[in-house]
Amino acid sequence: MTARYVGRRLLQAAFVLWLSTTLTFLALQLAPGDPAQALLAASGATPEEVAARRSQLGLDDPLPVQYVRYLVDLARGDLGRSWLHGRPVGRMIAEQFPATAELAVSASLLGVVAGLGLGILAAVRRGTWLDTAATSVAVVGLSTPTYWSGLLAILLFSLHLRLLPAAGEGDLLHLILPSLVLGFALSGSIARMVRASVVEVLGAPFVLAARARGVPRRRVLFVHVLRAAAGPALAVAALQFGFVLGGAVVTESVFARRGLGRLAVEAILWRDLPVVRGVVVVAAVAYVLVNLAADLIQAALDPRLREDAA
Amino acid sequence: MVWIARTCRSLLRQPAALAALGWLIAVCVAAAAAPVLAPAGPLEVAADRALLPPGRGAVLGTDFLGRDVLGRLLWGGRWTLQMGALALAVAVGLGLPVGLVAGSAGRQVDAVLMRLVDSLLAVPGLLLAMAVLAVLGTGLLPVALAAGMAAAPPYARLARSVTMEVRSAPFIDAARAVGCSAGRIAVRHILPNAGPALVAFAATQLGWVLLNGAALSFLGLGLPPGTPEWGAMLSEGRGYLRDAPWASAVPGLALTLTTLAANLLGDSLQTALRPQWAAGP
Repeated sequence: MTARYVGRRLLQAAFVLWLSTTLTFLALQLAPGDPAQALLAASGATPEEVAARRSQLGLDDPLPVQYVRYLVDLARGDLGRSWLHGRPVGRMIAEQFPATAELAVSASLLGVVAGLGLGILAAVRRGTWLDTAATSVAVVGLSTPTYWSGLLAILLFSLHLRLLPAAGEGDLLHLILPSLVLGFALSGSIARMVRASVVEVLGAPFVLAARARGVPRRRVLFVHVLRAAAGPALAVAALQFGFVLGGAVVTESVFARRGLGRLAVEAILWRDLPVVRGVVVVAAVAYVLVNLAADLIQAALDPRLREDAA
Repeated sequence: MVWIARTCRSLLRQPAALAALGWLIAVCVAAAAAPVLAPAGPLEVAADRALLPPGRGAVLGTDFLGRDVLGRLLWGGRWTLQMGALALAVAVGLGLPVGLVAGSAGRQVDAVLMRLVDSLLAVPGLLLAMAVLAVLGTGLLPVALAAGMAAAPPYARLARSVTMEVRSAPFIDAARAVGCSAGRIAVRHILPNAGPALVAFAATQLGWVLLNGAALSFLGLGLPPGTPEWGAMLSEGRGYLRDAPWASAVPGLALTLTTLAANLLGDSLQTALRPQWAAGP
Protein backbone atom coordinates (compact mmCIF):
# COMPACT_ATOMS: atom_id res chain seq x y z
CA MET A 1 0.00 0.00 0.00
CA THR A 2 1.44 3.34 -0.98
CA ALA A 3 2.54 5.72 1.74
CA ARG A 4 0.83 8.52 -0.14
CA TYR A 5 -2.59 6.90 0.12
CA VAL A 6 -2.13 6.23 3.83
CA GLY A 7 -0.94 9.79 4.39
CA ARG A 8 -3.85 11.32 2.54
CA ARG A 9 -6.36 9.12 4.34
CA LEU A 10 -4.84 10.01 7.76
CA LEU A 11 -4.98 13.70 6.92
CA GLN A 12 -8.60 13.41 5.87
CA ALA A 13 -9.53 11.59 9.11
CA ALA A 14 -7.77 14.24 11.19
CA PHE A 15 -9.59 17.00 9.31
CA VAL A 16 -12.99 15.39 9.80
CA LEU A 17 -12.29 14.95 13.51
CA TRP A 18 -11.23 18.58 13.86
CA LEU A 19 -14.37 19.73 12.08
CA SER A 20 -16.75 17.60 14.14
CA THR A 21 -15.16 18.69 17.42
CA THR A 22 -15.39 22.30 16.28
CA LEU A 23 -19.06 21.87 15.41
CA THR A 24 -19.78 20.38 18.83
CA PHE A 25 -17.95 23.31 20.45
CA LEU A 26 -20.09 25.79 18.51
CA ALA A 27 -23.28 23.87 19.30
CA LEU A 28 -22.53 24.13 22.99
CA GLN A 29 -21.94 27.87 22.63
CA LEU A 30 -25.35 28.22 20.99
CA ALA A 31 -27.13 26.34 23.75
CA PRO A 32 -29.17 28.51 26.07
CA GLY A 33 -28.17 28.81 29.71
CA ASP A 34 -25.13 29.96 31.63
CA PRO A 35 -22.74 27.15 32.64
CA ALA A 36 -21.66 28.91 35.84
CA GLN A 37 -25.28 29.45 36.80
CA ALA A 38 -26.07 25.83 36.02
CA LEU A 39 -23.13 24.63 38.13
CA LEU A 40 -24.15 26.67 41.13
CA ALA A 41 -27.93 26.53 40.73
CA ALA A 42 -28.37 23.78 43.32
CA SER A 43 -26.50 25.63 46.06
CA GLY A 44 -28.37 28.91 45.53
CA ALA A 45 -25.29 31.02 44.88
CA THR A 46 -25.29 34.82 44.91
CA PRO A 47 -24.69 36.73 41.65
CA GLU A 48 -21.16 37.57 42.90
CA GLU A 49 -20.34 33.90 43.36
CA VAL A 50 -21.66 33.13 39.89
CA ALA A 51 -19.52 35.92 38.42
CA ALA A 52 -16.46 34.62 40.29
CA ARG A 53 -17.12 31.13 38.98
CA ARG A 54 -17.52 32.47 35.45
CA SER A 55 -14.08 34.00 35.44
CA GLN A 56 -12.63 30.93 37.17
CA LEU A 57 -14.05 28.75 34.35
CA GLY A 58 -12.73 31.17 31.75
CA LEU A 59 -16.19 31.93 30.43
CA ASP A 60 -15.46 35.68 30.31
CA ASP A 61 -12.66 35.18 27.81
CA PRO A 62 -13.30 35.94 24.14
CA LEU A 63 -14.65 33.07 22.06
CA PRO A 64 -11.42 32.36 20.12
CA VAL A 65 -9.50 32.05 23.40
CA GLN A 66 -12.08 29.60 24.75
CA TYR A 67 -11.97 27.67 21.49
CA VAL A 68 -8.18 27.30 21.52
CA ARG A 69 -8.27 26.23 25.16
CA TYR A 70 -10.96 23.65 24.28
CA LEU A 71 -8.84 22.22 21.47
CA VAL A 72 -5.70 22.10 23.64
CA ASP A 73 -7.63 20.37 26.44
CA LEU A 74 -9.13 17.95 23.94
CA ALA A 75 -5.71 17.09 22.52
CA ARG A 76 -4.60 16.25 26.07
CA GLY A 77 -7.67 14.05 26.52
CA ASP A 78 -9.39 16.52 28.83
CA LEU A 79 -13.12 16.70 28.01
CA GLY A 80 -14.03 19.24 30.70
CA ARG A 81 -16.08 18.84 33.84
CA SER A 82 -19.70 17.79 34.30
CA TRP A 83 -21.92 20.71 35.30
CA LEU A 84 -24.04 18.36 37.34
CA HIS A 85 -21.43 16.32 39.21
CA GLY A 86 -18.35 18.50 38.87
CA ARG A 87 -16.37 15.39 37.89
CA PRO A 88 -14.07 15.13 34.84
CA VAL A 89 -16.15 14.06 31.83
CA GLY A 90 -13.30 11.89 30.55
CA ARG A 91 -13.34 9.81 33.71
CA MET A 92 -17.15 9.47 33.66
CA ILE A 93 -17.01 8.21 30.07
CA ALA A 94 -14.11 5.88 30.79
CA GLU A 95 -16.17 4.27 33.57
CA GLN A 96 -19.12 3.60 31.27
CA PHE A 97 -17.24 2.79 28.09
CA PRO A 98 -16.41 -0.90 28.78
CA ALA A 99 -20.11 -1.83 29.22
CA THR A 100 -21.04 -0.18 25.91
CA ALA A 101 -18.01 -1.59 24.09
CA GLU A 102 -18.88 -5.09 25.31
CA LEU A 103 -22.39 -4.78 23.89
CA ALA A 104 -21.29 -3.07 20.66
CA VAL A 105 -18.59 -5.66 19.92
CA SER A 106 -20.73 -8.73 20.61
CA ALA A 107 -23.69 -7.28 18.66
CA SER A 108 -21.38 -6.38 15.75
CA LEU A 109 -19.99 -9.92 15.63
CA LEU A 110 -23.48 -11.44 15.63
CA GLY A 111 -24.74 -8.89 13.11
CA VAL A 112 -21.83 -9.33 10.71
CA VAL A 113 -21.97 -13.14 10.82
CA ALA A 114 -25.76 -13.24 10.37
CA GLY A 115 -25.66 -10.49 7.74
CA LEU A 116 -22.92 -12.23 5.74
CA GLY A 117 -24.81 -15.52 5.87
CA LEU A 118 -28.13 -14.02 4.82
CA GLY A 119 -26.58 -11.82 2.13
CA ILE A 120 -24.50 -14.57 0.52
CA LEU A 121 -27.42 -17.02 0.66
CA ALA A 122 -29.73 -14.49 -1.01
CA ALA A 123 -27.20 -13.62 -3.73
CA VAL A 124 -26.27 -17.21 -4.58
CA ARG A 125 -29.91 -18.35 -4.68
CA ARG A 126 -30.99 -15.16 -6.39
CA GLY A 127 -34.61 -15.18 -7.57
CA THR A 128 -35.61 -18.27 -5.57
CA TRP A 129 -37.79 -18.45 -2.47
CA LEU A 130 -34.62 -18.55 -0.35
CA ASP A 131 -33.66 -15.15 -1.74
CA THR A 132 -37.12 -13.79 -0.94
CA ALA A 133 -36.98 -15.24 2.58
CA ALA A 134 -33.50 -13.90 3.31
CA THR A 135 -34.21 -10.42 1.95
CA SER A 136 -37.49 -10.34 3.90
CA VAL A 137 -35.70 -11.19 7.14
CA ALA A 138 -33.19 -8.45 6.32
CA VAL A 139 -35.79 -5.73 5.74
CA VAL A 140 -37.70 -6.73 8.88
CA GLY A 141 -34.48 -6.55 10.87
CA LEU A 142 -33.82 -3.11 9.44
CA SER A 143 -37.32 -1.89 10.32
CA THR A 144 -37.76 -3.31 13.82
CA PRO A 145 -36.87 -0.91 16.60
CA THR A 146 -34.58 -2.56 19.15
CA TYR A 147 -36.74 -1.03 21.87
CA TRP A 148 -39.62 -3.19 20.64
CA SER A 149 -37.82 -6.42 19.75
CA GLY A 150 -35.98 -6.08 23.07
CA LEU A 151 -39.25 -5.95 25.02
CA LEU A 152 -40.62 -8.91 23.09
CA ALA A 153 -37.41 -10.84 23.84
CA ILE A 154 -37.69 -10.00 27.54
CA LEU A 155 -41.32 -11.08 27.50
CA LEU A 156 -40.51 -14.42 25.91
CA PHE A 157 -37.13 -15.42 27.30
CA SER A 158 -37.22 -13.80 30.74
CA LEU A 159 -40.84 -13.60 31.84
CA HIS A 160 -42.32 -16.70 30.21
CA LEU A 161 -39.46 -19.15 29.69
CA ARG A 162 -37.37 -17.76 32.59
CA LEU A 163 -34.21 -18.65 30.67
CA LEU A 164 -32.31 -15.37 30.65
CA PRO A 165 -32.11 -12.32 32.90
CA ALA A 166 -34.20 -9.34 31.73
CA ALA A 167 -32.07 -6.53 33.05
CA GLY A 168 -28.68 -5.56 34.34
CA GLU A 169 -25.16 -6.53 33.36
CA GLY A 170 -22.21 -8.50 34.55
CA ASP A 171 -21.89 -11.99 33.13
CA LEU A 172 -22.32 -13.50 29.71
CA LEU A 173 -25.95 -14.45 30.37
CA HIS A 174 -26.87 -10.77 30.72
CA LEU A 175 -25.20 -10.01 27.41
CA ILE A 176 -27.09 -12.57 25.31
CA LEU A 177 -30.46 -10.86 24.84
CA PRO A 178 -29.17 -7.31 24.24
CA SER A 179 -26.57 -8.51 21.71
CA LEU A 180 -29.10 -10.69 19.89
CA VAL A 181 -31.58 -7.82 19.63
CA LEU A 182 -29.01 -5.27 18.45
CA GLY A 183 -27.24 -7.83 16.24
CA PHE A 184 -30.51 -8.68 14.49
CA ALA A 185 -31.15 -5.01 13.72
CA LEU A 186 -27.60 -4.67 12.35
CA SER A 187 -27.72 -7.87 10.27
CA GLY A 188 -30.51 -6.40 8.09
CA SER A 189 -28.48 -3.59 6.55
CA ILE A 190 -25.33 -5.70 6.28
CA ALA A 191 -27.22 -8.53 4.53
CA ARG A 192 -28.60 -6.10 1.93
CA MET A 193 -25.19 -4.65 1.13
CA VAL A 194 -23.51 -8.06 1.05
CA ARG A 195 -26.21 -9.36 -1.29
CA ALA A 196 -25.75 -6.41 -3.65
CA SER A 197 -21.97 -6.73 -3.76
CA VAL A 198 -21.99 -10.53 -4.18
CA VAL A 199 -24.58 -10.26 -6.98
CA GLU A 200 -22.34 -7.72 -8.70
CA VAL A 201 -19.23 -9.87 -8.35
CA LEU A 202 -21.08 -13.01 -9.52
CA GLY A 203 -21.71 -11.26 -12.84
CA ALA A 204 -18.10 -10.10 -13.24
CA PRO A 205 -16.06 -11.45 -16.17
CA PHE A 206 -13.42 -13.07 -13.95
CA VAL A 207 -16.08 -15.27 -12.35
CA LEU A 208 -17.27 -16.39 -15.78
CA ALA A 209 -13.66 -17.03 -16.73
CA ALA A 210 -13.10 -19.16 -13.64
CA ARG A 211 -16.27 -21.14 -14.36
CA ALA A 212 -15.17 -21.56 -17.99
CA ARG A 213 -11.81 -22.93 -16.87
CA GLY A 214 -13.77 -25.62 -15.04
CA VAL A 215 -13.22 -24.38 -11.48
CA PRO A 216 -15.91 -26.02 -9.32
CA ARG A 217 -18.87 -23.81 -8.41
CA ARG A 218 -18.19 -24.04 -4.68
CA ARG A 219 -14.54 -23.05 -5.13
CA VAL A 220 -15.51 -20.09 -7.30
CA LEU A 221 -17.89 -18.89 -4.59
CA PHE A 222 -15.63 -19.30 -1.59
CA VAL A 223 -12.32 -18.30 -3.14
CA HIS A 224 -13.02 -15.86 -5.97
CA VAL A 225 -16.34 -14.26 -5.17
CA LEU A 226 -16.02 -13.90 -1.43
CA ARG A 227 -12.55 -12.40 -1.68
CA ALA A 228 -13.82 -9.78 -4.10
CA ALA A 229 -16.94 -9.05 -2.07
CA ALA A 230 -15.10 -8.91 1.27
CA GLY A 231 -13.81 -5.37 0.75
CA PRO A 232 -17.16 -3.66 0.18
CA ALA A 233 -18.75 -5.74 2.94
CA LEU A 234 -16.05 -4.63 5.35
CA ALA A 235 -16.58 -0.98 4.42
CA VAL A 236 -20.32 -1.32 5.01
CA ALA A 237 -19.79 -2.98 8.37
CA ALA A 238 -17.53 -0.09 9.36
CA LEU A 239 -20.07 2.50 8.21
CA GLN A 240 -22.68 0.68 10.31
CA PHE A 241 -20.50 1.13 13.38
CA GLY A 242 -22.30 4.41 14.03
CA PHE A 243 -25.59 2.55 13.94
CA VAL A 244 -24.26 0.08 16.49
CA LEU A 245 -23.15 2.86 18.85
CA GLY A 246 -26.49 4.67 18.53
CA GLY A 247 -28.40 1.40 18.83
CA ALA A 248 -26.42 0.46 21.92
CA VAL A 249 -27.70 3.62 23.61
CA VAL A 250 -31.33 2.51 23.16
CA THR A 251 -30.64 -1.17 23.85
CA GLU A 252 -28.95 -0.25 27.12
CA SER A 253 -32.06 1.62 28.14
CA VAL A 254 -34.32 -1.35 27.27
CA PHE A 255 -32.24 -3.80 29.30
CA ALA A 256 -31.42 -1.35 32.11
CA ARG A 257 -27.70 -1.74 31.46
CA ARG A 258 -25.07 0.78 32.45
CA GLY A 259 -23.08 2.38 29.67
CA LEU A 260 -22.70 5.49 27.56
CA GLY A 261 -26.42 5.41 26.76
CA ARG A 262 -27.51 5.92 30.34
CA LEU A 263 -24.83 8.58 30.75
CA ALA A 264 -26.00 10.48 27.65
CA VAL A 265 -29.72 10.25 28.45
CA GLU A 266 -29.19 11.48 32.00
CA ALA A 267 -26.94 14.28 30.75
CA ILE A 268 -29.56 15.46 28.25
CA LEU A 269 -32.37 15.35 30.82
CA TRP A 270 -30.26 17.51 33.17
CA ARG A 271 -28.85 19.73 30.40
CA ASP A 272 -25.36 18.59 31.43
CA LEU A 273 -23.90 19.77 28.13
CA PRO A 274 -20.18 19.00 28.71
CA VAL A 275 -21.12 15.34 29.20
CA VAL A 276 -23.30 15.35 26.06
CA ARG A 277 -20.41 16.90 24.15
CA GLY A 278 -17.95 14.40 25.60
CA VAL A 279 -20.06 11.42 24.52
CA VAL A 280 -20.48 12.89 21.02
CA VAL A 281 -16.73 13.54 20.67
CA VAL A 282 -15.81 10.06 21.89
CA ALA A 283 -18.32 8.44 19.52
CA ALA A 284 -17.01 10.50 16.60
CA VAL A 285 -13.39 9.56 17.37
CA ALA A 286 -14.33 5.86 17.60
CA TYR A 287 -16.28 6.04 14.34
CA VAL A 288 -13.52 7.83 12.42
CA LEU A 289 -10.85 5.41 13.68
CA VAL A 290 -12.93 2.33 12.81
CA ASN A 291 -13.59 3.64 9.31
CA LEU A 292 -9.97 4.64 8.82
CA ALA A 293 -8.90 1.11 9.71
CA ALA A 294 -11.54 -0.39 7.38
CA ASP A 295 -10.44 1.82 4.48
CA LEU A 296 -6.79 0.92 4.96
CA ILE A 297 -7.61 -2.80 5.13
CA GLN A 298 -9.78 -2.50 2.05
CA ALA A 299 -7.01 -0.71 0.18
CA ALA A 300 -4.60 -3.48 1.18
CA LEU A 301 -7.03 -6.04 -0.26
CA ASP A 302 -7.86 -4.15 -3.43
CA PRO A 303 -5.00 -2.39 -5.24
CA ARG A 304 -7.38 -0.41 -7.49
CA LEU A 305 -8.55 1.71 -4.56
CA ARG A 306 -5.10 3.04 -3.74
CA GLU A 307 -4.69 4.90 -7.00
CA ASP A 308 -7.97 6.60 -7.80
CA ALA A 309 -9.57 6.91 -4.38
CA ALA A 310 -10.29 10.58 -3.89
CA MET B 1 -42.42 14.18 -15.80
CA VAL B 2 -42.65 10.87 -17.63
CA TRP B 3 -40.79 9.09 -14.86
CA ILE B 4 -43.60 9.65 -12.36
CA ALA B 5 -46.13 7.80 -14.51
CA ARG B 6 -43.62 5.05 -15.30
CA THR B 7 -42.66 4.64 -11.65
CA CYS B 8 -46.31 4.49 -10.58
CA ARG B 9 -47.06 1.78 -13.13
CA SER B 10 -44.09 -0.24 -11.94
CA LEU B 11 -45.15 0.18 -8.29
CA LEU B 12 -48.64 -1.08 -9.06
CA ARG B 13 -47.13 -4.31 -10.37
CA GLN B 14 -45.26 -4.99 -7.10
CA PRO B 15 -47.38 -6.58 -4.34
CA ALA B 16 -45.00 -5.45 -1.59
CA ALA B 17 -45.22 -1.87 -2.81
CA LEU B 18 -49.02 -1.98 -2.90
CA ALA B 19 -49.20 -3.41 0.62
CA ALA B 20 -46.76 -0.78 1.90
CA LEU B 21 -48.62 2.09 0.25
CA GLY B 22 -51.94 0.71 1.51
CA TRP B 23 -50.64 0.50 5.07
CA LEU B 24 -49.18 4.03 5.02
CA ILE B 25 -52.43 5.47 3.67
CA ALA B 26 -54.49 3.50 6.21
CA VAL B 27 -52.33 4.72 9.10
CA CYS B 28 -52.58 8.34 7.94
CA VAL B 29 -56.36 8.11 7.54
CA ALA B 30 -56.76 6.39 10.92
CA ALA B 31 -54.66 9.06 12.64
CA ALA B 32 -56.58 11.86 10.92
CA ALA B 33 -59.88 10.29 11.91
CA ALA B 34 -58.79 9.66 15.51
CA PRO B 35 -61.48 11.96 17.01
CA VAL B 36 -64.16 9.90 15.24
CA LEU B 37 -62.65 6.42 15.48
CA ALA B 38 -61.11 6.41 18.95
CA PRO B 39 -63.31 4.70 21.55
CA ALA B 40 -61.92 6.99 24.26
CA GLY B 41 -59.76 10.09 24.51
CA PRO B 42 -56.01 9.46 24.74
CA LEU B 43 -55.79 11.04 28.19
CA GLU B 44 -58.99 9.63 29.73
CA VAL B 45 -57.93 7.93 32.94
CA ALA B 46 -60.16 5.25 34.49
CA ALA B 47 -58.61 3.63 37.56
CA ASP B 48 -61.24 0.88 37.72
CA ARG B 49 -60.40 -0.18 34.16
CA ALA B 50 -56.62 -0.44 34.55
CA LEU B 51 -54.70 -3.23 32.75
CA LEU B 52 -57.76 -4.73 31.05
CA PRO B 53 -56.76 -7.37 28.49
CA PRO B 54 -57.81 -6.89 24.85
CA GLY B 55 -61.40 -8.01 24.46
CA ARG B 56 -64.91 -6.91 25.28
CA GLY B 57 -64.29 -3.76 27.31
CA ALA B 58 -61.45 -2.44 25.18
CA VAL B 59 -60.50 -3.77 21.76
CA LEU B 60 -56.74 -3.51 22.37
CA GLY B 61 -56.87 -3.46 26.18
CA THR B 62 -56.08 -0.64 28.60
CA ASP B 63 -52.84 0.54 30.16
CA PHE B 64 -51.86 0.96 33.82
CA LEU B 65 -53.98 4.09 34.18
CA GLY B 66 -57.00 2.52 32.51
CA ARG B 67 -56.44 4.53 29.32
CA ASP B 68 -57.71 2.82 26.20
CA VAL B 69 -54.78 1.48 24.15
CA LEU B 70 -56.62 1.72 20.81
CA GLY B 71 -57.58 5.32 21.54
CA ARG B 72 -54.01 6.22 22.46
CA LEU B 73 -52.70 4.35 19.42
CA LEU B 74 -54.90 6.37 17.05
CA TRP B 75 -54.14 9.70 18.71
CA GLY B 76 -50.49 8.70 19.02
CA GLY B 77 -50.34 8.10 15.28
CA ARG B 78 -50.84 11.84 14.88
CA TRP B 79 -47.73 12.65 16.92
CA THR B 80 -45.58 9.95 15.34
CA LEU B 81 -46.63 10.60 11.74
CA GLN B 82 -46.42 14.39 12.07
CA MET B 83 -42.98 14.03 13.61
CA GLY B 84 -41.91 11.70 10.79
CA ALA B 85 -43.23 13.95 8.03
CA LEU B 86 -41.68 17.09 9.56
CA ALA B 87 -38.37 15.35 10.15
CA LEU B 88 -38.29 14.05 6.58
CA ALA B 89 -38.99 17.57 5.30
CA VAL B 90 -36.07 18.87 7.39
CA ALA B 91 -33.77 16.09 6.18
CA VAL B 92 -34.59 16.66 2.51
CA GLY B 93 -34.76 20.44 2.88
CA LEU B 94 -31.23 20.55 4.31
CA GLY B 95 -29.68 17.60 2.50
CA LEU B 96 -30.97 18.13 -1.03
CA PRO B 97 -29.60 21.66 -1.66
CA VAL B 98 -26.24 20.74 -0.13
CA GLY B 99 -26.01 17.59 -2.25
CA LEU B 100 -27.11 19.34 -5.45
CA VAL B 101 -24.61 22.17 -5.00
CA ALA B 102 -21.78 19.81 -4.00
CA GLY B 103 -22.49 17.58 -6.96
CA SER B 104 -22.70 20.32 -9.55
CA ALA B 105 -20.66 23.33 -8.46
CA GLY B 106 -17.11 22.11 -8.92
CA ARG B 107 -14.32 20.52 -6.97
CA GLN B 108 -13.53 23.10 -4.30
CA VAL B 109 -17.13 23.69 -3.24
CA ASP B 110 -17.68 19.94 -3.31
CA ALA B 111 -14.65 19.27 -1.09
CA VAL B 112 -15.71 21.88 1.50
CA LEU B 113 -19.35 20.72 1.65
CA MET B 114 -18.51 17.03 1.75
CA ARG B 115 -15.97 17.37 4.55
CA LEU B 116 -18.72 19.17 6.49
CA VAL B 117 -21.11 16.29 5.75
CA ASP B 118 -18.42 13.77 6.71
CA SER B 119 -17.87 15.45 10.04
CA LEU B 120 -21.61 15.19 10.79
CA LEU B 121 -21.71 11.58 9.60
CA ALA B 122 -18.92 10.79 12.04
CA VAL B 123 -21.38 11.21 14.90
CA PRO B 124 -23.80 8.26 15.12
CA GLY B 125 -27.21 9.42 13.86
CA LEU B 126 -29.14 8.82 17.05
CA LEU B 127 -26.46 10.49 19.19
CA LEU B 128 -26.44 13.48 16.83
CA ALA B 129 -30.21 13.75 17.20
CA MET B 130 -29.85 13.51 20.98
CA ALA B 131 -27.22 16.24 21.00
CA VAL B 132 -29.37 18.54 18.85
CA LEU B 133 -32.28 17.88 21.19
CA ALA B 134 -30.10 18.78 24.19
CA VAL B 135 -29.64 22.22 22.64
CA LEU B 136 -33.19 22.71 21.33
CA GLY B 137 -35.26 21.51 24.28
CA THR B 138 -38.44 19.42 24.22
CA GLY B 139 -41.56 19.31 22.06
CA LEU B 140 -42.76 17.97 18.73
CA LEU B 141 -40.84 20.54 16.67
CA PRO B 142 -37.47 20.04 18.42
CA VAL B 143 -37.80 16.25 18.09
CA ALA B 144 -38.63 16.53 14.38
CA LEU B 145 -35.76 18.99 13.87
CA ALA B 146 -33.33 16.74 15.74
CA ALA B 147 -34.29 13.58 13.85
CA GLY B 148 -34.35 15.49 10.54
CA MET B 149 -30.95 17.12 11.08
CA ALA B 150 -29.46 13.73 11.90
CA ALA B 151 -30.92 12.28 8.69
CA ALA B 152 -29.76 15.19 6.51
CA PRO B 153 -26.06 14.23 6.06
CA PRO B 154 -26.79 10.81 4.48
CA TYR B 155 -29.37 12.47 2.25
CA ALA B 156 -26.87 15.11 1.15
CA ARG B 157 -24.37 12.36 0.35
CA LEU B 158 -26.87 10.47 -1.82
CA ALA B 159 -28.09 13.64 -3.55
CA ARG B 160 -24.48 14.47 -4.40
CA SER B 161 -23.67 11.09 -5.89
CA VAL B 162 -26.89 11.03 -7.94
CA THR B 163 -26.21 14.57 -9.16
CA MET B 164 -22.71 13.62 -10.23
CA GLU B 165 -24.02 10.60 -12.08
CA VAL B 166 -26.58 12.66 -13.99
CA ARG B 167 -24.10 15.47 -14.59
CA SER B 168 -21.79 13.22 -16.55
CA ALA B 169 -24.56 12.42 -19.06
CA PRO B 170 -24.13 13.80 -22.60
CA PHE B 171 -27.36 15.84 -22.54
CA ILE B 172 -25.94 17.98 -19.75
CA ASP B 173 -22.97 18.82 -22.00
CA ALA B 174 -25.50 19.65 -24.69
CA ALA B 175 -27.41 21.97 -22.37
CA ARG B 176 -24.16 23.69 -21.42
CA ALA B 177 -23.19 23.97 -25.07
CA VAL B 178 -26.39 25.81 -25.97
CA GLY B 179 -25.67 28.27 -23.18
CA CYS B 180 -27.83 27.21 -20.22
CA SER B 181 -26.75 28.79 -16.93
CA ALA B 182 -25.46 26.55 -14.09
CA GLY B 183 -28.58 27.26 -12.05
CA ARG B 184 -30.89 26.39 -14.94
CA ILE B 185 -29.00 23.16 -15.58
CA ALA B 186 -29.26 22.19 -11.91
CA VAL B 187 -32.99 22.91 -11.62
CA ARG B 188 -34.31 22.03 -15.08
CA HIS B 189 -32.00 19.20 -16.14
CA ILE B 190 -30.28 17.56 -13.18
CA LEU B 191 -33.11 17.66 -10.63
CA PRO B 192 -35.79 15.96 -12.79
CA ASN B 193 -33.40 13.21 -13.81
CA ALA B 194 -32.17 12.68 -10.28
CA GLY B 195 -35.80 12.70 -9.06
CA PRO B 196 -36.55 8.98 -8.91
CA ALA B 197 -33.45 8.10 -6.89
CA LEU B 198 -34.06 11.06 -4.57
CA VAL B 199 -37.67 9.97 -3.93
CA ALA B 200 -36.64 6.35 -3.33
CA PHE B 201 -34.05 7.34 -0.74
CA ALA B 202 -36.51 9.75 0.89
CA ALA B 203 -38.84 6.79 1.56
CA THR B 204 -35.97 4.91 3.21
CA GLN B 205 -35.09 7.99 5.24
CA LEU B 206 -38.73 8.22 6.39
CA GLY B 207 -38.24 4.78 7.96
CA TRP B 208 -35.10 6.04 9.69
CA VAL B 209 -36.62 9.22 11.12
CA LEU B 210 -39.69 7.31 12.35
CA LEU B 211 -37.53 4.79 14.24
CA ASN B 212 -35.17 7.37 15.65
CA GLY B 213 -37.72 10.07 16.41
CA ALA B 214 -39.77 7.51 18.33
CA ALA B 215 -36.53 6.33 19.98
CA LEU B 216 -36.02 9.86 21.35
CA SER B 217 -39.42 9.81 23.04
CA PHE B 218 -38.88 6.20 24.14
CA LEU B 219 -35.76 7.45 25.96
CA GLY B 220 -37.95 10.10 27.59
CA LEU B 221 -36.12 12.97 25.89
CA GLY B 222 -38.54 14.44 23.38
CA LEU B 223 -42.05 14.90 24.64
CA PRO B 224 -43.72 15.71 27.97
CA PRO B 225 -44.62 12.62 30.06
CA GLY B 226 -47.96 11.06 29.17
CA THR B 227 -47.97 12.21 25.54
CA PRO B 228 -49.68 9.52 23.48
CA GLU B 229 -46.79 8.97 21.07
CA TRP B 230 -45.91 5.43 19.99
CA GLY B 231 -42.36 5.43 21.34
CA ALA B 232 -43.50 7.01 24.60
CA MET B 233 -46.39 4.51 24.95
CA LEU B 234 -43.93 1.66 24.44
CA SER B 235 -41.74 3.07 27.18
CA GLU B 236 -44.63 3.65 29.62
CA GLY B 237 -45.88 0.09 29.20
CA ARG B 238 -42.48 -1.36 30.16
CA GLY B 239 -43.21 -1.34 33.89
CA TYR B 240 -46.27 -3.55 33.33
CA LEU B 241 -44.80 -5.95 30.82
CA ARG B 242 -45.78 -9.02 32.84
CA ASP B 243 -49.40 -8.02 33.49
CA ALA B 244 -50.22 -5.99 30.41
CA PRO B 245 -47.80 -6.74 27.54
CA TRP B 246 -50.30 -5.29 25.03
CA ALA B 247 -49.71 -1.75 26.31
CA SER B 248 -46.15 -1.92 24.89
CA ALA B 249 -46.53 -4.52 22.18
CA VAL B 250 -49.33 -2.76 20.26
CA PRO B 251 -47.67 0.63 19.71
CA GLY B 252 -44.41 -1.20 18.95
CA LEU B 253 -46.11 -3.27 16.28
CA ALA B 254 -47.69 -0.17 14.74
CA LEU B 255 -44.31 1.57 14.63
CA THR B 256 -42.54 -1.47 13.19
CA LEU B 257 -45.16 -1.97 10.46
CA THR B 258 -45.07 1.70 9.51
CA THR B 259 -41.27 1.71 9.33
CA LEU B 260 -41.36 -1.54 7.37
CA ALA B 261 -43.86 0.00 4.93
CA ALA B 262 -41.58 3.02 4.41
CA ASN B 263 -38.57 0.74 3.80
CA LEU B 264 -40.49 -1.55 1.43
CA LEU B 265 -41.73 1.48 -0.50
CA GLY B 266 -38.15 2.72 -0.79
CA ASP B 267 -37.00 -0.70 -2.04
CA SER B 268 -39.84 -0.93 -4.56
CA LEU B 269 -39.02 2.53 -5.89
CA GLN B 270 -35.41 1.42 -6.28
CA THR B 271 -36.56 -1.66 -8.16
CA ALA B 272 -38.78 0.47 -10.37
CA LEU B 273 -35.72 2.59 -11.18
CA ARG B 274 -33.12 -0.08 -11.61
CA PRO B 275 -34.76 -3.39 -12.43
CA GLN B 276 -31.39 -5.12 -12.53
CA TRP B 277 -30.97 -4.47 -8.79
CA ALA B 278 -34.25 -6.16 -7.94
CA ALA B 279 -34.96 -6.52 -4.21
CA GLY B 280 -31.59 -5.14 -3.20
CA PRO B 281 -30.23 -1.74 -2.32
